[in-house]
Amino acid sequence: MHDMSAQAVQHHAPPTSFIGKHIFSLDHKVIGKQYYALALVAVVIGMVLSWLMRIHLAWPSAKIPLLHYLSANGAAGNVMTPEYYLQLMTMHGTIMVFFVLTTAPFAAFGNYFLPIQVGAEDMPFPHFNMMSFWVTFVSFLVMIASFFVGDGPTLGGWTQYAPLSAIGPSSGPGQGMGVVLWASSIAIFCVGQLLGSLNFITTTLDMRTRGMSLWRLPLTAWAWFITSVMGLTAFAVLMPACILLILDHVAGTSFFVASNLVISDQVQPHSGGSTLLWQHLFWFFGHPEVYIAIVPGMGIVSHVLITNMRRPLLSHRVMVYSMGALAVLSYMVYGHHMFVSGMNPFSSLVFSFPTLIITIPSTIVVLIWLGSLYGSKLRINSASLFSLGFISMFISGGVSGFFLAQPSIDIMLHATYFVVGHFHLVMAVAAIFGIFAGTYFWFPKMTGRMMNETLGKIHFWLSFVGAYCIFMPFHYLGLAGNVRRYQAFVDDYLQPLLPVHKFITVAALVTGAAQLIFLYNLVYSRFRGERAADNPWQATSLEWSTPTTPPPFDNFGGQHPVVYHDPYQFGIEASSGDYVMQNSPEEIHTVRDEK
Amino acid sequence: MATTVHDPPKSGIDQKHPALTTTGDGNRGGFLPVDGNLREVKHYSPPPGSTGIWVGIAAIAMTFAAFTSALIVRKGSSNDWQPFTLPIILYLNSVLLLASSVTLEVGRRRVAAFMAGVKTHRARPARWLYATLTLGIFFVAGQYAAWKQLRAQGVFLATNPSSSFFYLLTAVHALHVLGGLAGLLLVIRRLRSCVLRRSTLDIASRYWHFMDVLWLYLLLLLWMTL
Repeated sequence: MHDMSAQAVQHHAPPTSFIGKHIFSLDHKVIGKQYYALALVAVVIGMVLSWLMRIHLAWPSAKIPLLHYLSANGAAGNVMTPEYYLQLMTMHGTIMVFFVLTTAPFAAFGNYFLPIQVGAEDMPFPHFNMMSFWVTFVSFLVMIASFFVGDGPTLGGWTQYAPLSAIGPSSGPGQGMGVVLWASSIAIFCVGQLLGSLNFITTTLDMRTRGMSLWRLPLTAWAWFITSVMGLTAFAVLMPACILLILDHVAGTSFFVASNLVISDQVQPHSGGSTLLWQHLFWFFGHPEVYIAIVPGMGIVSHVLITNMRRPLLSHRVMVYSMGALAVLSYMVYGHHMFVSGMNPFSSLVFSFPTLIITIPSTIVVLIWLGSLYGSKLRINSASLFSLGFISMFISGGVSGFFLAQPSIDIMLHATYFVVGHFHLVMAVAAIFGIFAGTYFWFPKMTGRMMNETLGKIHFWLSFVGAYCIFMPFHYLGLAGNVRRYQAFVDDYLQPLLPVHKFITVAALVTGAAQLIFLYNLVYSRFRGERAADNPWQATSLEWSTPTTPPPFDNFGGQHPVVYHDPYQFGIEASSGDYVMQNSPEEIHTVRDEK
Repeated sequence: MATTVHDPPKSGIDQKHPALTTTGDGNRGGFLPVDGNLREVKHYSPPPGSTGIWVGIAAIAMTFAAFTSALIVRKGSSNDWQPFTLPIILYLNSVLLLASSVTLEVGRRRVAAFMAGVKTHRARPARWLYATLTLGIFFVAGQYAAWKQLRAQGVFLATNPSSSFFYLLTAVHALHVLGGLAGLLLVIRRLRSCVLRRSTLDIASRYWHFMDVLWLYLLLLLWMTL
């Protein structure tokens, strides 16, 4: 009835117009690149915001040129007000988490490579896929618009804790229209990611080509599949939460605001709402979101390392099981964000157990990487260096998680820079390193040209050392009692820590500037880079077997590949060398098949 | 160790698990290649829409689960919850929606029979689908009537958390039913121009029945908590 191999391969015709090709494209590869471009714009904005914050923290009375153009009230005379600091901080977190860490490793690379890796010509619902990007784009515009509306963006932090987020303008600048725009943007974003997850799941389950059994999927495909399942359930909860928040603002409902709350000398007109309800709904999304950001990176790092080690991981299946366990457990640990929220202390204990248990699959993943690397002759290139950097960041950031997982210790460390250091290393920097690894690895396939390796290595070392210089001192600050989300530390007990803040600020400026090397490399190599071969890394998975580079519109030139081998057949003797590609019919002695 | 060379695994699955080879669904969800030479693994893949609709249903169910937990937490968080009597018309609406599921199922079977060549009378299945469409529109109109009735009694969205959740849940559900109606229109248009695939109708009806079940769940939830 529906024989994929006999069917005409193209289920939508190639576009002919400029708009059809590059703007409202149905092609998953174009959509993937659009997501990547969006993430690139977002990460630049997010990074500049972090610079502004860091400069203000180190030199609170410093004048930052041109800042008053961004907000006449928030930066009169180019000096940031305390409120404006919080507004910029909120936007930094929101833009980075949603529009960079979710879009780049998952939506961008996943869109581009998942269909090719399973041997399909496209995702099953190309129109939904196109909508997914453009809905996300609209959500980004709505978020950015809040800079220019009324008194600027919301200052509630990316977590938008109620009740301050729910009572409107009396709780500060940006708390009226700013919050409504924030919640609307995130609700729209959820729609985009739900459409994306729908496509990812069905692609993995239904679009696999002949011979591509689930265990033959590369680890990247597994990672995207697991991430999309998390995305489907997490974003489906965040969206109703945002709807409730918007209603509290515009319709006068009382979901999140308790009775007789006095803010700015006004009794709030709401009654009986539950402030903890927002935190429950938000973190039920928020914790899986951490894994939505990091699991694709785990897939990418494994994929890149295996290719450069020239041998498979110690265990393909345990890797997959561990990523799956992370996904399942990520829903059971969210209460560890709420240890000091006033939640029943017994709940803290209950949430503490799975939080400690989730370190087990994380540790297994790390041990598989390290065990596989041990004694391997790793090819050192930009992609493999960033993969090693990912592992390093994941370990450094993960170890501090043990401390925070225990309620008794978290009571002291909560809302200090220790937490900021923890999540920046384990989630932000690690995920960004995953994105870099993916970029250096797949750039040849996406553009047909190689990136400059020397620049890539310089970029790596500056980023690697820089990231540690920025985020390691955060732990020290936190242990010293430096609370987060304060705009300045000049007049109180934290003054002795100011030199550390100055060091961090300088490190952040230098490390940020080092990213210009990457941007230059990206743009230069796109047009002037050395021409790439079809399979420059001698890799095995299907994305390297496309008839042209970059792949043609339907990926495999009018036919579906047939898959004969497990994904990572390295370290063998085959006619092509020490590896055999998945679609090669050559009979080989397979490596370490797992029964 | 990783570099050890072994013989290729014998894939004796055919003998051990004959069921695996007879499902005929191209090893969908199967982790192992079914066949020894692996060229024959994927004969047939189900139309992605039939997986997709389950994924979509899961997402919608998750959304309503979130609303439900919000309702339960909000009700328990304070003593300001004021119950009100559900408008009687809601029960009539429920009957309409249930009836629409029945007509859709009859229509779906007729289309299936027609496609299998059992019946050649083309107009009939469309008639059942039109009946479903009409009942669906009446359902949404009935929900609107229930809202108007409550407004007339002075029960508005912000009157009380109970009414907030009532309007919210019924409105979000009605929006999803409107989506289902759009899907039904598409199915009818395709049926009329003879390009309807059975899988499309199956998917649309699965969604419609889910709307039905979801509504019964919501009605029970509201009846229990209001």
